[in-house]
Amino acid sequence: MTGNTFKYGMYVAHFYWIGAIPAMLFLGLYMMPFYYSSRIKSVPGYLKLRFDEKTRVLNGIAFAGMTLLVSGINLYAMALVLHTFLGWDWNISMWISAATVAAYVTLSGLMSAIFTEIIQFFLIWFGLFLVSILGIVEIGSIHDIFHRVDELYKTVSYTTLWSTSGDPSLNGMLITWGGIVLGLGFVLSFGYWTTDFLVVQRAFSAKDLRTARMTPILASFFKMAVPFIVILTGLIAIVLANDPKSGFSLLKDGGQINYDSALPLLIARYYPAGLVGLGVTALLAGFMAGQAGNISAFNTVWTYDIYHAVLNRKASDAHLLWMGRAATIVGILLSVGTAYWAKSFPSIMDYMQAIFSWVNAPLFATMLLGMFVWWITPNGAFWGLLTGMGSSFTMFLAVKFSWIDPRLLTLSNVQSDMAANFWRAWWAWLICFVFTILISLFTKKRPQEELVGLVKGLTPEAGADGILWYRKPETIAIVSVIVLIILNIYFW
Amino acid sequence: MEKESKEMKPIWYFVGLMLSAMGAVVLIAGVANYLSPPARQTVLSQLHPELWWGSVMIAAGLLFFFMNRHSKTE
Repeated sequence: MTGNTFKYGMYVAHFYWIGAIPAMLFLGLYMMPFYYSSRIKSVPGYLKLRFDEKTRVLNGIAFAGMTLLVSGINLYAMALVLHTFLGWDWNISMWISAATVAAYVTLSGLMSAIFTEIIQFFLIWFGLFLVSILGIVEIGSIHDIFHRVDELYKTVSYTTLWSTSGDPSLNGMLITWGGIVLGLGFVLSFGYWTTDFLVVQRAFSAKDLRTARMTPILASFFKMAVPFIVILTGLIAIVLANDPKSGFSLLKDGGQINYDSALPLLIARYYPAGLVGLGVTALLAGFMAGQAGNISAFNTVWTYDIYHAVLNRKASDAHLLWMGRAATIVGILLSVGTAYWAKSFPSIMDYMQAIFSWVNAPLFATMLLGMFVWWITPNGAFWGLLTGMGSSFTMFLAVKFSWIDPRLLTLSNVQSDMAANFWRAWWAWLICFVFTILISLFTKKRPQEELVGLVKGLTPEAGADGILWYRKPETIAIVSVIVLIILNIYFW
Repeated sequence: MEKESKEMKPIWYFVGLMLSAMGAVVLIAGVANYLSPPARQTVLSQLHPELWWGSVMIAAGLLFFFMNRHSKTE
């Protein structure tokens, strides 16, 4: 994300504010009670119960592919850290990272993943926040950083959030507010927070409903603070890279600027021995958590939602356990391949959002309709989802190989990779949404009594009475919204 | 958040241990760098960030550690 800020400027903060907070609060307030009191155990599992086997397998295959691609990104990022700090060869860095994660995942489970995630959270804050502090000290103040970035980019703003979003040619991401709100704020963010396998699984490890609801609401405050590490360091990197006296420049791979090298290079600049160890550990910890989560999700989806559901229905538990372990090893080997692909993209966040726009964006339409509208049919869901994912991938290829004019998608004369991702996600969601409804109107509906526990409104939800008003999730969520509004106005 | 076997130390206890231990390593490295400065100096090394950041980490770690020393979670 620091690298992304280097490329796009302050607009990257939208990923942590409008692109995360509303969805996290929605998850805590409305989705958690539903997940908690329903029969849902995983997203593909839900699709099978709510619709049918074919929708589950379609989502399972897409999801397995997505986890491998995202896990490749994390693997590449780990290798980048080893390459930058230890000077290791790219290939050796990739394979050592892969072997470490293989050992870590085969030995761990969901609970250890949640434990390590909390520890990693502290490691990341203590390991990386000092980069921001030292950057501010070197340049002078936060005001000086903003001022110097403004001097560098006179026609395009890299330091505002909304005031330049009316005209896409005025901001670093080359996008309008419509693309941010619809593509990122609604589709990509709600798609991630309400349908992500790992997020939903965490709900079941909470000790009671209130804890399950409070987790994403409290997490929203920490999420809002993340830009003070990633955006600030990105802006610091812009100032330093444009100051010939600083001696700071990003890595170049075959003439192409490697934006993701910004944060590792800042750590190398400021951290003496001792702190370097902490900074490198923090970076590796974050990527390793992402990698491990994706590989665990891959082996679960492959073993239960594809292998057991389609290829071998009579498999014994012992055989499935063996298959899960084999899937971990194969998944990691495939991730090494996708890691090399990720390396070919100038910035990993562009690539990751492209993947989300193919899989998560249309899936969010299917899940939303499935959870809230009882008359959506199995055939409607299947063909809607297939059309949504197919259209998203086709739009990606069509722009990449110049089959169509990208202006058709982004509705403006200028665009960046990220703007294309946001708009593609929105269109894919809309296509899936409309097709699912249209096909459902003409196909056989399931009786309402079969859908109890699967559709909100047909499902009685566990209440949470007897909590003082200031400890209620709703109250804390309002405070979170107020902080979000203040931040957006302050950096307007 | 955690639902473990009974009588287990909360996660915050381990966060405290980890922060104190890592803070100690950073602080010790800082003292070593202070006494015999390395040949290659980092930018702003004159501020000795390892010394005060290591201390901040130890303080935060000990706070977590002592606040959760006697608590148990189910």
